[in-house]
Amino acid sequence: MDKINRAALELREMDDLAARQSPVHSLHPLAKLVTTIAYILVTVSFGKYDLSGLLTMALYPIILFSVSGISMRTCFYKLRYVLPLVCAVGLFNPFFDKAPILYIGKLGASGGVISMITLMLKGVLCLQASFLLAATTQMDALCAALRKIRVPGMLVTMLLLTYRYISVMVDEVSVMTTAYKLRAPGQKGIHISAWGSFLGQLLLRSMDRADELYVSMQLRGFAGEFQYADVKRAEVRDWLFAILLPAAFILLRYCNVAELLGQLLSRGTGAI
Amino acid sequence: MICFENVSIAYEKGSPVLSGLSFTIENAEAVGLIGANGSGKTTLMRVLLGLMPYEGTVTVDGLPVRKENLREIRKKIGLVLQNSDSQMFMPTVYEDIMFAPLNYGMSREEAEKRTDDVLEKLGLTELKHRHNHKISGGEKRMAAIATVLAMDPEAMIMDEPTSALDPYNRRVVINTIRSLPNTKLIASHDLDMILDTCDRVILLGGGGIAADGPAEKVLQDRELLETNRLELPLRYQ
Ligand SMILES: Nc1ncnc2c1ncn2[C@@H]1O[C@H](COP(=O)(O)OP(=O)(O)OP(=O)(O)O)[C@@H](O)[C@H]1O
Ligand SMILES: [Mg+2]
Repeated sequence: MDKINRAALELREMDDLAARQSPVHSLHPLAKLVTTIAYILVTVSFGKYDLSGLLTMALYPIILFSVSGISMRTCFYKLRYVLPLVCAVGLFNPFFDKAPILYIGKLGASGGVISMITLMLKGVLCLQASFLLAATTQMDALCAALRKIRVPGMLVTMLLLTYRYISVMVDEVSVMTTAYKLRAPGQKGIHISAWGSFLGQLLLRSMDRADELYVSMQLRGFAGEFQYADVKRAEVRDWLFAILLPAAFILLRYCNVAELLGQLLSRGTGAI
Repeated sequence: MICFENVSIAYEKGSPVLSGLSFTIENAEAVGLIGANGSGKTTLMRVLLGLMPYEGTVTVDGLPVRKENLREIRKKIGLVLQNSDSQMFMPTVYEDIMFAPLNYGMSREEAEKRTDDVLEKLGLTELKHRHNHKISGGEKRMAAIATVLAMDPEAMIMDEPTSALDPYNRRVVINTIRSLPNTKLIASHDLDMILDTCDRVILLGGGGIAADGPAEKVLQDRELLETNRLELPLRYQ
């Protein structure tokens, strides 16, 4: 199977992941959305040398991965194209910021190195949190919940259709590359001379498909607003999830738990 | 209930695909629409549902096919598209079938019941919770027919309903079509199926209607069929 076909499959696999059952999956979509947003905001707000504080934030994805039964490997695998980009962001920091600020034994780490690692970690953590949201929440359920809290119907419909449209487009690419390959045996990728027509065709075809899908929706009574499944009522645990976790994030942000623990331990040993 | 009066249809100005079309389809009539590839069957159906501009008069139950009437007309007429991939857009078969009933204001319980009934009728209960992208071409065809049956329209318009179906499913579809009391317009190259399901046949050819008459008569006319790139149904060969 070639890359694009695999991409099409992987996209669909996200739907399958989201359709699974687990305590995380069954949480209210809005509770997850709120918590994810809070997590990302708090994570990003950490200072650029605050590596130890940031490390404690890793608890959230680790716990969620294990409770939801989704393996972290799946996450890293699916994000394999984005992760290097995110990691590249801080790559130059070590060259600009050379003053050592941390000593591990006799080895000093410069501010640049620390801030680089911090930046990378922030990126990875935020990606993981977003991945967890997408992998445990069905798009329809999320949109339904957004409508429930009065987000304009137009916006929500657009969100849902965009999401659907991505897979239509990937499908078209996959069909076209297959058709091309079958008639160009032994050729690696698509020859540069065919790129123009290939792209043009892709655009036309995916627009046609999107058009036809829209027509078919209209023919079945669609008038601009999806009829979503009823959103389940928020239960106590949804509220707890949406309130306690963001509170915990903020706590982790403002008092350095790792440091406290360290102090506690060293005091403990000091007493002996 | 469906009336075409001197209708011309063109994709590009000046070269109409069909012109001077006039015919009427009465309530509860079952009409087969046949003709060579590119003769304009799909185009005619698109006009009926207001998906294409046209010249002349087209009415459904007395309502002219115009923008302001489209919602009502589309509720009366269910269309099974030639390409099932374009028909199905929800993640699962079940949700897809429920889509229309929900849009027409049915409650969720009613819609679920309707969906279950339709799946049962077509023998598709196993497909219920399958993902649309994980079913075969023929299964998708059947599911697409189910989505339209679930609308319970007054008229069913079907573009190639039996293409891609195995003999068993083809038979299921034929029996289902026969059991429906609705008005029916069915485009197909499967002339035996047309013979089984329709009393009347409209043959498109040469940019207009080449013949319009009782199915048994038109479908036995070897010369007429052959000049329009068709063959006698197997039954008459
Ligand atoms: N989008 C389009 N733009 C321009 N011309 C078109 C378009 N779609 C179809 N046509 C032309 O209109 C004519 C009628 O096409 P139509 O799809 O209605 O045929 P059909 O009878 O349904 O054929 P088939 O049996 O192959 O389904 C064909 O000659 C075709 O080339
Ligand atoms: Mg056609």
